[in-house]
Amino acid sequence: MMNKSVEARALTIRRGRRTVIDSLDLDVPRGAIVGLLGPSGSGKTTLMRAIVGVQIVAGGRVQVLGRPAGSADLRHRVGYMTQSASIYEDLSVRANLRYFARVQGAPKADVDRVLERTDLIGQADQLARTLSGGQANRVSLAAAMLGSPDLLVLDEPTVGLDPVLRNDLWDLFRGLAEEGTTLLVSSHVMDEATRCDRLLLMREGAIIADTTPHDLLAGTGAASAEEAFLDIIEKDTAGERPAGHGRQSGTHLLSRDVNGKGRPSHDRRGHGTKKGGRR
Amino acid sequence: MNPLRTLATTGRVLVQIRNDPRTIALLLIVPSLLIGLVAWIFDETEVFADIGPAMLALFPFIVMFLVTSIATLRERRSGTLERLLSMPLGRGDFILGYTLAFGLLAVVQTAVAVGYATLVCGLEIEGSVGLLFVVAIADALLGTALGLLASAFARTEFQVVQFMPVFVFPQILLGGIFLPRDQLPDVLQVIGDWLPLSHAIDALDAVSTGHEDDAYIWLRVLFIACWIVGAIIVGSLTLRRRTP
Repeated sequence: MMNKSVEARALTIRRGRRTVIDSLDLDVPRGAIVGLLGPSGSGKTTLMRAIVGVQIVAGGRVQVLGRPAGSADLRHRVGYMTQSASIYEDLSVRANLRYFARVQGAPKADVDRVLERTDLIGQADQLARTLSGGQANRVSLAAAMLGSPDLLVLDEPTVGLDPVLRNDLWDLFRGLAEEGTTLLVSSHVMDEATRCDRLLLMREGAIIADTTPHDLLAGTGAASAEEAFLDIIEKDTAGERPAGHGRQSGTHLLSRDVNGKGRPSHDRRGHGTKKGGRR
Repeated sequence: MNPLRTLATTGRVLVQIRNDPRTIALLLIVPSLLIGLVAWIFDETEVFADIGPAMLALFPFIVMFLVTSIATLRERRSGTLERLLSMPLGRGDFILGYTLAFGLLAVVQTAVAVGYATLVCGLEIEGSVGLLFVVAIADALLGTALGLLASAFARTEFQVVQFMPVFVFPQILLGGIFLPRDQLPDVLQVIGDWLPLSHAIDALDAVSTGHEDDAYIWLRVLFIACWIVGAIIVGSLTLRRRTP
C-alpha cells in the first residue's frame, strides 16, 4: 500500500501578515522515527499542528495516512502531544487518561497499558498538579498513545528530562516504531538526531535538509550532529542551496533568535546579501 | 456528537470540581450569603419581599457565569482544548458536557439559595415552589451558557473578568430591579424586554406574589431557554478545530 505517513506539498502558513512556513515539501515514511530538528522558533510546532490538522493553512496540501490532514477519521489514528503538557492539573493521572481514553474511544485497559509503557504506574493516583514537569510531560505522551494511533506527532517530548529518562523515552519510541507506529518527533537537542531513522532539519520555516543520521555526519564530515547542523546552516545562509525553494519571506523571521543563541553576527549580514542578490 | 463523549466530559468536569472543595463551598454558599445580606439590609422594611425573588435570579446567574467562563478559558489556555479538538470529540460534546455539569451544580446551588431565602430570610412564596426552582435553574443555566460564550471572546483571565460587566451589568440595570421596566425610557425598555435576565426576574416575581398564572411563568422560562440554546450554539461555533 502507501509507504508514506505524511506528505506535504507547497505547504504555506501565515500568521497575521508574516509567512511562517512558505511552500514547504515534506515526506514522512511509514513505521519510522523521523526527527524534526531545528532551533526554537524555526516553525516545528506550526508544521506539526498543520499535520495534526489544527492549524489554519494558507496554501498547499498535507496528506496524512492517505487522507487530508484534519479529516474526521484521522482523529482516531493520529496522536498528538503538544509542547506543554496539555492535561488537567486538578485530575489524577489515571483520571486524566481515563477521560482521554473515553474521548478517543479506546478500551479501558488501554489506560493501564500506556501508564506502564510510560513508567507512570507509581504516579497513577497522584493529582497532575503535584507532578514534576517531566512526569506531566509523560502523562501527556501517555494520552497521545491511547488507542494505539498509527501516527504519533510528538512536540519536544524529551525537553527538560534527565539523560536517563530521555534514553528510556527514546527506547519507548523505538519500541513503538517496531510495532509499526510512525513517529514524528521534534527536538532542539541535536544529540537526539542519532536516535532517529530520518532527520528533517528545519530553520526559519523551511526544511533545509532531509537526510539520515549517517548521511548527515558523512556528508558534512562533522564529528557531531550539532556541528553538522551548524555546517548545513552556514551553507544554507551562504546561498548554496538552489534558488527558488521558497524561502524569500522567511528571512525576516527568527534570525534574531538564531543570533541570540550565540551565532556569529555574519549570519544576519549573510541574509541581507542573499536578499539583495535575489532582487 | 456522541452521548458517551458528552457524558464523559460532564463526569470529568464534575471530578475536577470535586477535587477542589473550596470551589464547591463558594459555589454553594456565596449566593445564599449575599441574599442573606440583602435581607439584613432591608430588615426593617418591606423591600426584601419585593426584591428578594430578583436576588434569587441574580446571584446564581453571576456566579455560574464567572465559574463557567473561567473554566473554559482554562481549557483553551492549557492546551487541553486543542488536544480534545484533535481527538474525536465533537464541539457539541464539549459545550453540552460543560452545560450538563454546571447545570447539575446550578440545581444544587439553587436549592440551597431558595431554601435559605425562604426558611432563614423569611421570603414568602405565594406561588408554586416547584416553578420557582424551574425558573431559578433556567437562570443559572443561562449564566453557564453566557459564560461559555464569553470565554470564546476572551484571551486572558483579565479579559474574562472584564466580560462580566459587559454581559451581566446591563441585564441587571435594565432588568427592573432598580426601576420597573415600564418606567424606563422607551428605548431602554425595549432593550430590557429582550434581555433574558429581565424575564427571569419577572417570572420569579410572579411566582413569589402568585399574581400570574403558570402560563405566564412558562412563557418566560421558554424565552430564557431560547437564549440558552442560542448562546450554546454561538458558543460552539466559536470553537474552532483549526486556529491560526
